[in-house]
Amino acid sequence: MKMFGTTKTALGALRRNVLRTMLTTLGIVIGVAAVITMMEIGNGATIAIRRTMASIGANTLVVVPGAANTSGINFGAGSMMTLTPQDADAIGRECPALGSVAPIVRARTQIVYGNRNWVPTYIYGTTPSFLEVREWSDLDEGESFTEHDVRNSGKVCIIGQTIMRELFGGRSPIGKEVRIRSVAFKVVGVLKKKGANMMGQDQDDILLAPWTTIKYRVVASSLGGSNQSSTTDSSTNNPYPAAQLNLYPVPSDSELADTPKPMRFTNVDQILTAARSSSHIPSAIEQITALLRERHHIRPSGPNDFSVRDMAEITKAMSSTTEMITKLLLCVAMISLVVGGVGIMNIMLVSVTERTREIGLRMAVGAEPGDILRQFLTEAIVLCLLGGTVGILLGRTSSYIISSVLHWPTAASVGAIVAAVIVSATVGVLFGFYPAWKGSRLNPIDALRYE
Amino acid sequence: MENRNEPMDLIELKDICRTYHLGEVAVPVLKGITLNVAGGELVALMGTSGSGKSTLMNLLGCLDHPTSGEYWLDGREVSRLTANERARLRNRIIGFVFQSFNLLPRTTALENVMMPLTYSRENLSEQQKKLRAIDLLRKVGLADRIDHQQSQLSGGEQQRVAVARALVNHPRILLADEPTGNLDSRTSEEILQMFQQLNSVEGITIILVTHDQGVAGWAQRTIRIKDGLLEDGIEPLIVAGDV
Repeated sequence: MKMFGTTKTALGALRRNVLRTMLTTLGIVIGVAAVITMMEIGNGATIAIRRTMASIGANTLVVVPGAANTSGINFGAGSMMTLTPQDADAIGRECPALGSVAPIVRARTQIVYGNRNWVPTYIYGTTPSFLEVREWSDLDEGESFTEHDVRNSGKVCIIGQTIMRELFGGRSPIGKEVRIRSVAFKVVGVLKKKGANMMGQDQDDILLAPWTTIKYRVVASSLGGSNQSSTTDSSTNNPYPAAQLNLYPVPSDSELADTPKPMRFTNVDQILTAARSSSHIPSAIEQITALLRERHHIRPSGPNDFSVRDMAEITKAMSSTTEMITKLLLCVAMISLVVGGVGIMNIMLVSVTERTREIGLRMAVGAEPGDILRQFLTEAIVLCLLGGTVGILLGRTSSYIISSVLHWPTAASVGAIVAAVIVSATVGVLFGFYPAWKGSRLNPIDALRYE
Repeated sequence: MENRNEPMDLIELKDICRTYHLGEVAVPVLKGITLNVAGGELVALMGTSGSGKSTLMNLLGCLDHPTSGEYWLDGREVSRLTANERARLRNRIIGFVFQSFNLLPRTTALENVMMPLTYSRENLSEQQKKLRAIDLLRKVGLADRIDHQQSQLSGGEQQRVAVARALVNHPRILLADEPTGNLDSRTSEEILQMFQQLNSVEGITIILVTHDQGVAGWAQRTIRIKDGLLEDGIEPLIVAGDV
């Protein structure tokens, strides 16, 4: 009842001087609107930065086989042949923290077109999802090869800008045939220019083809020519992988249980994948590890026969950039709100002075100091909540206008809105308290005489 | 002192002193005032400016507390009450009317009259408050001005609103500080007539502070104060109207 009365009195007092109410509110409106707009622009910028970072591979994870160790001789990382294309499929299917997954089969050999030849830095046999993982889907010319080409070992390829320059002298290569180890590949697409990576390697010096084609038609025909230390590859015995050939008698279930290590006819050199976002990286690594350990029948105590690498350097740069932006935004937000709060305090102080006689009168007719304190505090809080509401609307509107007119990326932030409301109410209490307290301490006799 | 065995008067001041401190200097304003006002009296308090009549008024209205002495109001010693207790007392048994009316600006007559009820301990519904305020405005002759704002009312009308506001909590005492100081003589007479009627019909004790002999003439008794002391002590009751 008392609270209701006070609120009513406060609202009445605010309504009596609409202009003053509006001016007071303006401070907090601008503060809150600035906070929300800044937060949303900042959020948009953060997302845009994340996207840019992702395109240079910040979220990329590479699964490489473990090191082969024979008679004490260690062949180094990636020398074991434990990863299969089925592993890649399974990772894509069963790890929710991951986006696209692409197996990679590497080759290093000469490619020939007409009277020109060239040895690309990268000849990758992979699937179309490689382009998604590397955020490279937007081709300069032509189109990517398809899953169908992968299944059928299609002799098609897409090439990078450097190869196009070296072999075709800048003319369109679409539809032309390049020979890799005497296998003719039809060029179906040209990748966009990506430039050198952080290690100075030219990323445009690349040829992508279906992994089946590279595996069975290129690498298989040139054993030892690959940069892998692979010496035996049982898949060489299988020239037609699309056909479901059973080279060995199909083992019965009990035989399988006796020999848990499955036969691997086909291995890939690595599996390239990308976490959905930088925050998904740790869980993605966990999921891949758990899945591959299960698929490879590794005992709980056994070491992994593979390793998962993330782009720690880029990830670190990204997280420190994002963190910096967040801090910057926080500073801007705090300054805006303090400015708004001081504005409210000033007007409330003026208001208390201006209404000294009113305070005196209210005290004369029986208002206790607490009543006066409550009234002015309520006024301040109402002003701040009012300002907060208008500020939210204004902030959302302006961030919408900015995004649609300037094409600046913005992202709505519920957190910013909640924070703005909480902070504006807090500012109201903090900055409203001093004037309210000052009013309540007035001596009614002096207040009544005040001119 | 001869009334010792009779019931206590509504207001009894016993040797009231009030000293203000301006820095190091002590300024005695009231130097020992003993005064009785019985319930139902209409008393005029006169004095030149600086005589201490405003200070005495503030003390009587429980806006201030004496430096020494006793103030018995309605059988209760009130000189040592806290600010909150005095506020409650003012709300319950004292009504104020000021020289400058002191209505809230941009507020209707009705809202002005209802204002003291906000601080009342009585739990009245909004409707009851409104009815009571309208009733009082009708009584002071402003039935047709209920929704007028302060700026739309004449001086006399504003003072009537102020009187209605003073009466809204059914006070036993009405303290009027130069109530006709800002009014012309005809309006003054209307207001004073209203006071007299409130006094005789409703039995409300009224203390008028004034320096106008003509206004004092409406009172049953005149108390003169000079340099912080009563000029001629407690005068015997004079029946109103024979000045």
